[in-house]
Amino acid sequence: MSSPETITAPRPARRLTIARAISEAIGQEMERDPAVLVMGEDIGKLGGVFGTTTGLLEKFGAERVRDTPISETAFIGAAVGLAASGMRPIAELMFVDFFGVCMDAIYNLAAKQSYFSGGQVTCPMVLMTSVGGGYGDAGQHSQTLYATFGHLPGLKVVIPSNAHDAKGLMLAAIRDPNPVIFMYHKALQGMGWLGTVQRSITDAPEGDYVVPLGKAAIAREGSDITLVGLGLSVHHALDAAARLEKQGHSAEVIDLRSIAPLDRETVRASVRKTGRLLAVDDDYMSYGVGAEIIASVCEAGIPLRAAPRRIAHPDIPVPFTPVMEHFVLPDADKIAAAALTILEP
Amino acid sequence: MSNRSDRLWMYGTMVKSRHFEALIKPAYFEGKTPVFNMAKGPLPGEMHLSDGQEPCAVGVCAHLRPGDTVTATHRPHHVAIAKGVNLDAMAAEIFGKATGLSGGRGGHMHLFDAHVNFACSGIIAQGLGPAVGAALASKLRGEDHVAVAFLGEGAANQGAFHEALNLASVWKVPVLFVIEDNAYGISVAKRDCTAVARNADRAAAYAMPGHFIPGNDPDAVYAVAGEAIARARRGEGPSLIEIETCRLEGHFMGDAEAYRPAGEVERLKAADPIPAYRDRLLADGFDAADLDKAETDARAAVDAAFAAARAAAYPQPEEAFDHVFA
Repeated sequence: MSSPETITAPRPARRLTIARAISEAIGQEMERDPAVLVMGEDIGKLGGVFGTTTGLLEKFGAERVRDTPISETAFIGAAVGLAASGMRPIAELMFVDFFGVCMDAIYNLAAKQSYFSGGQVTCPMVLMTSVGGGYGDAGQHSQTLYATFGHLPGLKVVIPSNAHDAKGLMLAAIRDPNPVIFMYHKALQGMGWLGTVQRSITDAPEGDYVVPLGKAAIAREGSDITLVGLGLSVHHALDAAARLEKQGHSAEVIDLRSIAPLDRETVRASVRKTGRLLAVDDDYMSYGVGAEIIASVCEAGIPLRAAPRRIAHPDIPVPFTPVMEHFVLPDADKIAAAALTILEP
Repeated sequence: MSNRSDRLWMYGTMVKSRHFEALIKPAYFEGKTPVFNMAKGPLPGEMHLSDGQEPCAVGVCAHLRPGDTVTATHRPHHVAIAKGVNLDAMAAEIFGKATGLSGGRGGHMHLFDAHVNFACSGIIAQGLGPAVGAALASKLRGEDHVAVAFLGEGAANQGAFHEALNLASVWKVPVLFVIEDNAYGISVAKRDCTAVARNADRAAAYAMPGHFIPGNDPDAVYAVAGEAIARARRGEGPSLIEIETCRLEGHFMGDAEAYRPAGEVERLKAADPIPAYRDRLLADGFDAADLDKAETDARAAVDAAFAAARAAAYPQPEEAFDHVFA
């Protein structure tokens, strides 16, 4: 994760939300590459329910910025056909919870186009969607489902934690010859009607740059324990690390940025140094990202000073009432407490 | 009426397709007798033959160019052959050989040939969305390529069918939806699961022309498809075509077909569209020697493709890891 201090360009720092970063990246790539187009529900006049296409209709017109009917199977299938025909479609499907109706187009068509064609036909498309809860929208609008998509061969899965990375990851995703699921977390998005973690609002270069897919970032350096997160959980981990520091513990925080490809090496290198591991995400626990992270470290035979742990959403639907939802969602308190059981067994 | 060279091409291509399936039949049962086991033999897995449905493929594809896109179904051989998919690579793919279209990763339900923009999928109605996308790509680039999605009559009850027709009409893209109505979705008869007698009527719900073509007749398909494709190339939008055809074999090889009324298969075979078309061409003044030559050439091409496929090497197992990503 980048912070304003690491930006050396002699210009005033910008404060970009992830929403602005995404729409800026898409707009710049549409200017550069006539094959890029955007389509989805409410992405035209509205500019995307989560602000990802703000201003694009006015700039590029309705041919390249296409509002669709509520027909996910058709328009995501169409994106696969566009990609096979040499275009670079970006499709938005508002909430990851809505993917049920169009999974065929995603995991049977897009994910297998390269494989079943023996590499003759690629599938350069981006499917962007919001993830996450914490605001009382209940279990059909609050899931993350990272692992569901990370599990499917042929898909890349990207989750930015801040605006700088969001822009660079989006530019990389559009240029990638493979289908990329680009998941942005609602708690980080910067919508006026939804609380936003302020640390996700960052500076970012105005020009062209990419953040490569499959390369994790060290969000905070430390020596005693490795906290691994993605999206929102990176911020919870950073908050927990600040508390742990006051108790004399130095936590390293890793921002995965993508789970497919998964940068196992950056995680392993950190745990070789710290000898302790806590993985955190807000997807359902079982068969999840945390399990994959812990397995990646254990399979490499890295000696650990204590048993590794994971924090995730328990294996229940996301509940509505805030007293229940906040009880089950990961947060800095839970991370700090779990880290202490590893650091001070 | 079709022009002379197209009619000869349609006849030869139907013969080629039928001969392709004829060579699959004995090969498929190699290793699967006396006890049928789908995993055994040189052609493992499900096998869906297209015998009887050839008029749908040739009547439409006679109007298509390599730059036009076709998506087909789990029963794709006749359409692939009519679209000009490389016959050698297609046969090798079905045998799981390294020289196959995808080097053996896809098999008979997942044939891709980028040179002629052909693809198929084993998932019902899932070729429609990609066809709409290919048609949109053509429109956005100002080309006159069209896209054609073939589907079975069962797929017309799938949500994807209705979504794709609506989207194609809203976007006014150059695409044809071609229903091959063989009367059965595996064992369930169309009449028992479809609210309308004719799926072509459903076009009205999406403000596009709908055409019903009875008789499993290549010339009739050719005439209607020709106008619909020309309309699409002129930028006037999508059409729906419903072709009454028949399936002379089971849903898949090994299907006991107990759901068919007694005598149905015999009756359908007596009306086989290929010999019927030969008779019509002769009646229309075609030279028997020309038809014989078309047959001989078609069979020779298929024989050579199968011989090459059988002789070809299998891929290395480790090549399973290639092409997951581009």
